[in-house]
Amino acid sequence: MSEDLKKTIIDYVKKEYLEEDSEEDVDENTPLISSGIVDSFSMVSLKTFLEKKFDIKIPDEKATTEAFDSVNNIIALLTEFKVT
Amino acid sequence: MAYSNKAKDFFSAELTGIRDAGTYKEERYIESPQGAMITVEYPEGAPQKEVINFCANNYLGLSSHPDVIRAAEEGLQKRGYGMSSVRFICGTQDIHNELEKKLTAFLGTEDTVLFASCMDANAGVFDVALGKEDAMIADRLVHASIVDGMRLCKAQLYNYKHANMEHLEEKLKETQECRFRMIITDGVFSMDGDIAPLDKIVALAERYDAMVMVDDSHATGFMGKTGRGTHEHCGVFGKIDVITTTLGKALGGASGGCVSGRKEIVELCRQRARPYLFSNTVPPVIITAANTVLDLISKTTDRRDLLEKNTLYFRKKMTEAGFDIREGVHPIVPIMLYNAKLAQDMARDLYDEGIYVIGFSFPVVPKGQARIRVQISAAHEKEHLDKAIAAFTKIGGKYTILGKSKKEIIELYGY
Repeated sequence: MSEDLKKTIIDYVKKEYLEEDSEEDVDENTPLISSGIVDSFSMVSLKTFLEKKFDIKIPDEKATTEAFDSVNNIIALLTEFKVT
Repeated sequence: MAYSNKAKDFFSAELTGIRDAGTYKEERYIESPQGAMITVEYPEGAPQKEVINFCANNYLGLSSHPDVIRAAEEGLQKRGYGMSSVRFICGTQDIHNELEKKLTAFLGTEDTVLFASCMDANAGVFDVALGKEDAMIADRLVHASIVDGMRLCKAQLYNYKHANMEHLEEKLKETQECRFRMIITDGVFSMDGDIAPLDKIVALAERYDAMVMVDDSHATGFMGKTGRGTHEHCGVFGKIDVITTTLGKALGGASGGCVSGRKEIVELCRQRARPYLFSNTVPPVIITAANTVLDLISKTTDRRDLLEKNTLYFRKKMTEAGFDIREGVHPIVPIMLYNAKLAQDMARDLYDEGIYVIGFSFPVVPKGQARIRVQISAAHEKEHLDKAIAAFTKIGGKYTILGKSKKEIIELYGY
């Protein structure tokens, strides 16, 4: 797994979803959706970010709450699109 | 019949899952008109109990107001019960047109079209106004009906952190190449009673050439000096491109909603909004009552002034009693408890004390943000408010949370 890829996604999640005064931290295993950090409505920002950043199109059937529930899960999804 | 055991078992398991998750919604039977005092049968089969109602959206106390009931009766006699039609076939009466004009004047817009509900208005308006070349930029805490409406629209969806103007500006910069952008927000957010910074949103919209859409369901009739809504409260009356709102809360509380705003968008809704085209017209009895409500609240601000007085009194006394309440001026008063079980237990105990309130927890509110949501009404007498404050203080004492900070409550009960 590319450390750069991991860092890119973690940095985005922190900036996009955590408030500046948040005490929460995010690593590659932190549950994102099931913990409530990212709700299913807000998940669209993450999907758009990944699509633009890596020039891919993630079909809706692959953009599940499970697939987006941690940075590790997202990386696993991205490998299907040959992003590493 | 093809309702197989497999299907039956699947649905049953879904229901069990909802119960196990603690999110099963039970209905309580009210055996009186809506008002400050109601008669409730709960649980089913239990003796009737008189309680003070603090969980209705009956902000102006008009749900059972004699003038409103009289107008409804008159409407029933003069215009009948049902129209048996959608609006554009044979479902539009003169009174529908009259109400749309009154709403336009009250909200300070160019035109208005009625829908069966505000849920329907939100389900229809985005698909009418925007296409795939456009962007919808929504606050993350917008009402579920807006989320559903946006899902029915092909425009690109963006969202910004709740009420965070820097984040909204980032999204506006990110979407510069779209044909049209629409900033989408609730005027008042229903779980916290906090108010969207519409003055700042309008300023950003002007700077970045975006339209503004506001669902003002929890504000129409009482927010702002003359009750016009959040846009009046924030000093941007006349500057909102699309307002959706409801007749189902402050404006009599029956049902019905509308899209009000730029005349071309409203006209397009009449032509293309699917929930409008394929729903029955709002029944005459509701329309005549709503016309009277608009007359009442356009003539005098007495009821919204009383609501404001009640709200400020309740907020002040509850803060003095030591409750952790979200600051604000709105009649939605969240009593923060953080722990879901604590919120449920206190709501149950308050019901035993004759105070009808509901505990809210995840997923209705974010995790760790459980609370009892109190809603104040102009129908509440001072003695109702005092009785509630006394009951809250008694039950708050029982659970030893009075005077405790968020951190201390969480230390006691956990998230």
